[in-house]
Amino acid sequence: MDEKKIKLEAKNVNFYYDDFHALKGINMQIEQNSVVAFIGPSGCGKSTFLRLFNRMNDLIDGTHLTGECLLDGRDIYDKRVHVDELRKNVGMVFQKPNPFPKTIFENVAYGLRVNGVKDEKYIKQRVEESLQSAALWEEVKDKLKKSAFELSGGQQQRLCIARAMAISPSVLLMDEPASALDPISTAKIEELIHELKKDYTIVIVTHNMQQAARVSDKTGFFLLGELIEYDQTKKIFLNPEKESTQNYITGRFG
Amino acid sequence: MNKKNIIQWFTFGIFRALSYLVVLILFFILGFIIYNGIGVISWEFLTGFPEDGMTKGGILPAIVGTLCLMAGSMIFAFPVGVMSGIYINEYAGNNWAVKFIRIMTNNLSGIPSIVFGLFGMSLFVNTLGFGDSILAGSLTLGLLVLPLVIRTTEEAMKAIPDSFRTGSLALGATRLQTIWRVILPMAFPNIITGLILSVGRVSGETAPILFTVAAYFLPKLPASIFDQVMALPYHLYVISTSGTDIEASRSMAYGTALVLISIVLLINILANSLRKYFGNKVKTN
Ligand SMILES: Nc1ncnc2c1ncn2[C@@H]1O[C@H](COP(=O)(O)OP(=O)(O)OP(=O)(O)O)[C@@H](O)[C@H]1O
Ligand SMILES: [Mg+2]
Repeated sequence: MDEKKIKLEAKNVNFYYDDFHALKGINMQIEQNSVVAFIGPSGCGKSTFLRLFNRMNDLIDGTHLTGECLLDGRDIYDKRVHVDELRKNVGMVFQKPNPFPKTIFENVAYGLRVNGVKDEKYIKQRVEESLQSAALWEEVKDKLKKSAFELSGGQQQRLCIARAMAISPSVLLMDEPASALDPISTAKIEELIHELKKDYTIVIVTHNMQQAARVSDKTGFFLLGELIEYDQTKKIFLNPEKESTQNYITGRFG
Repeated sequence: MNKKNIIQWFTFGIFRALSYLVVLILFFILGFIIYNGIGVISWEFLTGFPEDGMTKGGILPAIVGTLCLMAGSMIFAFPVGVMSGIYINEYAGNNWAVKFIRIMTNNLSGIPSIVFGLFGMSLFVNTLGFGDSILAGSLTLGLLVLPLVIRTTEEAMKAIPDSFRTGSLALGATRLQTIWRVILPMAFPNIITGLILSVGRVSGETAPILFTVAAYFLPKLPASIFDQVMALPYHLYVISTSGTDIEASRSMAYGTALVLISIVLLINILANSLRKYFGNKVKTN
């Protein structure tokens, strides 16, 4: 088996909200074109860790980071890195669908426009491609000029995925993308993740054990700011090394 | 009906009665002014100049003056206020400087308007040498409503959930793009509310224009922003307290009041439809 390329890497990462030590000495490697799931009880730092990779934590006052976060081997907290360039390359889908108060079309086109794309033909083409890969095209192709707010919650979330993909990032970070959705929409999004794996590296936070087991290649279990165990998803769910992992996935605490 | 429901029925009954009372008072004032003023309203009154020691003729110069001051003060206060509001809420974070700015703007809104009048006279009329002029009056009125504009802008921006900001930033947009393309269009309908309130306030203020622009009697229209003008509230004050013949100009005073109220009402209606228009447009822009 040939070595897979490492897309994302955390080296001895510590993160603080003021004095609160939220992430403690985390090391992790995420391979290109793989899906990694983060699981763990509420407040253990999954979202915080995820947000390090597109520097969304920069927006919170009084935070502090030590250690290194690498994308394609380069430190993303290096002074020379432009945050907006980084975020173009590392897309994010949030827990609650957050479409803009614009048309369906303009929602997907937004990322292209703010990144300086002017070619309307190209924008149109990217919008269609993205909606198609987000499995939403068939449902919205006749109402692209309608407000995104007229879509259902599940459709809005797929719109947000399409929006993130339109600017062709290489990484997609998803923070509980299906937690507000019904089982059918959830299934659609999971299917989508399988599809997207071909072109993207995906990191997904989830509270749903079955979902983690279904969609991911590797799973990381977090507890109180520490990465307790990180391994092949099968191994984590069938035969974890640590007792706390076992307890969590069998629902004995959390 | 059990006790809980009776209490509820009773409490809401009082609330309802009180709110009707407010409306009633408002209608009474309005009715009173319409009743007394409608008689003098005519084409001539609206388009003519005052005559016979302001006991006859029209109030055109005062109408034009007030419209000039409304426009002038907004041209100044609106951009400055909206930009400060945006800066305070979106850029500045929450450090001591911002807290200081906030306290100062709040203090500014507590200062009596006559003090603004004195300040405006000293700064704009004398020091900067604008003289008694539309420019000096507009700047003074603009200063007066600046806190209001800043405040409403801030509130309007604050009401937009952060998820829209993070959503935009996560797509590689800069903060300015985020504000310009997402936040401002959403906040705009509420910012317009600030505009309505300020215009209303400006149109009715007498003290700030007293020493900066208002003319006692000036039967001509302004030719530039360095001209003095008459203004409705001041004209109203003049003809009901210190005119040549107060009794004779009584009905003129009510007519003037009616015109003033109608202008404010019209602007309110206009701004409200603007608000609705932008409110609907924002979803599909
Ligand atoms: N903006 C913030 N300011 C201060 N502390 C924060 C902030 N965000 C998160 N924290 C703290 O950091 C810790 C980790 O939070 P985080 O949101 O990363 O947890 P999580 O694993 O994503 O939880 P959940 O599953 O509930 O989403 C928590 O104890 C939380 O209280
Ligand atoms: Mg979280």
